[in-house]
Amino acid sequence: MTIENLKYRFDNGTPIQGATAIVGVLGSGNLEVMVEPAALGGACEIEVSTAARGFGTIWQAVMKDFFTRHRAGDIRISVNDAGATPAIVSLRLDQAIETFKGQRKT
Amino acid sequence: MTRSYYESNARARIDALLDADSFHEWLPADARVTSPHLATLELPAAFDDGVVIGRGSIAGKQIFIAAQEGGFMGGAVGEVHGAKIVGVLERAVRDHPAAVLLLLETGGVRLQEANAGLIAVSEVMRAILSARAAGVPVIVAIGGQYGCFGGMGIAARCASTIIMSEEGRLGLSGPEVIETARGVEEYDARDRALVWRTVGGKHRYLLGECDVIVPDSMAAFQQAIIASINNGDAWTLAALEQEHEILSERVQRFGKCKDGRDIWRELGWAEPDAIAMLDNDEFVKAAQGRRAK
Repeated sequence: MTIENLKYRFDNGTPIQGATAIVGVLGSGNLEVMVEPAALGGACEIEVSTAARGFGTIWQAVMKDFFTRHRAGDIRISVNDAGATPAIVSLRLDQAIETFKGQRKT
Repeated sequence: MTRSYYESNARARIDALLDADSFHEWLPADARVTSPHLATLELPAAFDDGVVIGRGSIAGKQIFIAAQEGGFMGGAVGEVHGAKIVGVLERAVRDHPAAVLLLLETGGVRLQEANAGLIAVSEVMRAILSARAAGVPVIVAIGGQYGCFGGMGIAARCASTIIMSEEGRLGLSGPEVIETARGVEEYDARDRALVWRTVGGKHRYLLGECDVIVPDSMAAFQQAIIASINNGDAWTLAALEQEHEILSERVQRFGKCKDGRDIWRELGWAEPDAIAMLDNDEFVKAAQGRRAK
């Protein structure tokens, strides 16, 4: 189980305000997501470190859906994954954005 | 709604137990102080190495806190993880908060980190005793899914007070470890009733190892923590000698018992099997005069 590192960048998002947030746990079938503010000229950068190798295209699709939903810019998202399913990943990303914006606690 | 301690993760526990917005985290996730050993092994590493530390207040009293995340590698103690807990305790020696609160949920040493993890656990034990010697109570809470095992089980018993729920488990070798080492005839780790009779909250309370037993709710743990801040065991030579006396009496009295039930019978419970069915209040009431301590 060696890790695979994946990187994504989505441009032309709307900058969002918030404070660094972390949600989820790096446990089997789960993941932790950290969102930090970052001056990226409206872009959203995502870095994934996953224990499940070879799922790059699925991650790409899940992240693209996520960006389409929120269009959140000027943030850096870091993910540590232990084999979460795409649905879990999407829910965690939504939870992370909500927490970042201060709408709810972890 | 009453929130379950058992079902919550480390951050949710801190959020629920401490005064609102009082928590200030040290070495937070974005500091990325992660395990160098897991990186070498190319294993996924959590941003906080599985333990959340910081300061905050509870009922207005300044406390330091460390909360282990059982969901990450079973709460196992690696080098960074252990150093974070030690740092909290050493800072308590310097700054004298009203208490150090350790929310333990761990299988013990993180085997991937081998000796570094073992040393980390021994440093945690020493630091707990240093904090107590400096007059700072160390309060341990155990009520998570993974229990508190291995070297951290010993560390827990170095604390001033242990608060557990019935669901909590405290022990040295975990059930699977015992089964692997001694055989399923000796110990069936899948027999949940047996496991709880051996290491569960009620058994630990009856043996006097756990000082307070509470129902599985954040509010109950919080109340017990507040009540324990000025109420833990003293850390004196006399107290230590008394503890040794209790332990040698215990071997005399229960050494031949084969099962938790035998111990409970010896403690005066005519129907030991009924214990598992008692709710927390009934149990605490019935346990008066029927504990080993």
